[in-house]
Amino acid sequence: MTNQLTIHQAHKLLRTKQLSSVELTKASLERIRQVEPKVQALVTVTEELALKQAQKADELIATGDINPLTGIPIVIKDNMCTKGIRTTCSSKMLENFVPPYDATVVEKLNDCGVVVVGKSNMDEFAMGSSTEHSALFPTHNPWDLSRVPGGSSGGSAVAVAAGETIYALGSDTGGSIRQPAGFCSVTGLKPTYGRVSRYGLVAFASSLDQIGPLTQDVTDCALVLNAIAGYDTRDSTSVPYPTPDYTQCLTADINRLNIGVPKEYFVEGMQAEVEIAIRAAINKLEELGARVEWEVALPHTPYALAAYYIIAPSEASANLARYDGVKYGFSYQDADSMWEAMEKTRQYGFGAEVKRRIMLGTYALSAGYYDAWYLKAQKVRTLIRQEFDQAFAKFDALVTPTSPTVPFKIGEKVDDPLQMYLADVCTLPINIAGLPAISIPAGFADGLPIGMQIIGKPFSEETILKIAHAYQQATDWHKRRPEI
Amino acid sequence: MKLSREQVLHIALLARLGLTETEVDRLSEQLSNILESFEVLQQVDTTGIPPTAQSIALQNVMKDDEDTASLPQSEILANAPQRDGSFFRVRAVLE
Repeated sequence: MTNQLTIHQAHKLLRTKQLSSVELTKASLERIRQVEPKVQALVTVTEELALKQAQKADELIATGDINPLTGIPIVIKDNMCTKGIRTTCSSKMLENFVPPYDATVVEKLNDCGVVVVGKSNMDEFAMGSSTEHSALFPTHNPWDLSRVPGGSSGGSAVAVAAGETIYALGSDTGGSIRQPAGFCSVTGLKPTYGRVSRYGLVAFASSLDQIGPLTQDVTDCALVLNAIAGYDTRDSTSVPYPTPDYTQCLTADINRLNIGVPKEYFVEGMQAEVEIAIRAAINKLEELGARVEWEVALPHTPYALAAYYIIAPSEASANLARYDGVKYGFSYQDADSMWEAMEKTRQYGFGAEVKRRIMLGTYALSAGYYDAWYLKAQKVRTLIRQEFDQAFAKFDALVTPTSPTVPFKIGEKVDDPLQMYLADVCTLPINIAGLPAISIPAGFADGLPIGMQIIGKPFSEETILKIAHAYQQATDWHKRRPEI
Repeated sequence: MKLSREQVLHIALLARLGLTETEVDRLSEQLSNILESFEVLQQVDTTGIPPTAQSIALQNVMKDDEDTASLPQSEILANAPQRDGSFFRVRAVLE
């Protein structure tokens, strides 16, 4: 069952020569052949590259040159540039775009000798919460193929949950790692804003975007974070702080840690089974020694959704102005003028949700509306940040559900943008404040996954990893796999 | 908050985004609904509160002006939809 190995388990077998990277990679590719027709998690399968990288990894391992990620298969979300491998953002706009360089995270992983088996499907330009806004095809949740996997890193979450890869990278602007991790019952970490370089990540909302791992357990999350975290001169928002060894904090001892439970995250319209599961999971943390305070108040939480959906589309409308059909990407040729060519390029290159957000953002930034919408949202952002700062003066971590519901049906919300936006209601405040947060499996309702979110203060990844690890040592939700 | 067809067309022009008639109608309705629900923001008292543009304390990040290798021209131009020798080919701006 090589497709159910964690990174640390696979590493042990590779190091002791009980398994080769080529064998591990072939098992991954075979599993992709087997389940991909059902789940459609991958935009590109990089079989040839993977086998070449696996062979090279085996040569390295033979000389004793091995680190925790050497020779282990990974899937990368298709908004991170991979040199020579097309990077589509699941958009018609970039369907044939082949980057001339690697993103910093890809470069760092390649230096570790990883094996890239594929690029994963996503909501177009990472805008969405279900992966239905992919312009290529929808991805299916392996726990119930009629349901969404969450989004926008839906392909990455499914590739891990369905055993197509051992781990994956995703990106998170308003919940795009954590929400699909919750929906697919895998572990997903959004690091602090500035912790991981975004150089080579196709920009969506630059003050919110962050790259992180989707894995089968917390130990794997720490191992991947070790490899990708750190300062990068090519991303001026990455911070020049030292990075610890994130595996060092993985003791099961959470005695006397102070955990707050913000009551506003148990929102109206929340599914009862989710609330019950999360309350039980928090009780478990208390049993393990944490001091839990229920009913913590974060009164500006109800305004986070509106602030987010003004700020993120505003930044997106500026970032996506680069798609003009001139330098790269789709280009409409059959026009009479430069302006017509540009407008048609964008009309046919972008899908409905991307257009909606460009329109919303352009409106919020336009003359006469800037103060009432964009500036107002930025001021509310300050209040939300301050509220978190105050809470973290008292608590080491905050715990909430990752999503208010279990995965919904494919097609259920795709034509109702506001309903879709609500799927991020528990995750997007964290991006507004730039905090680190992890989603871990915390139960099931009728066979459908429920995720628990643990939020930390800036650059306290070690604290949330420690709590999440302690929970996983005491439970086995994260070990369950969908039958597919 | 109601966005008229004319406003939608004006925003689309600012964004240089071509839209079909159906899309104009649909966006007029959807954006109106979205903005109406976002009016809750106006209930928040933000008197004296400064805006936040990003969440880390870094400001004015500088780096030394050092020579580094650039990508070869051929690789940069490889994705160009239209090229002319070593140039991106664009349409005439003035006609």
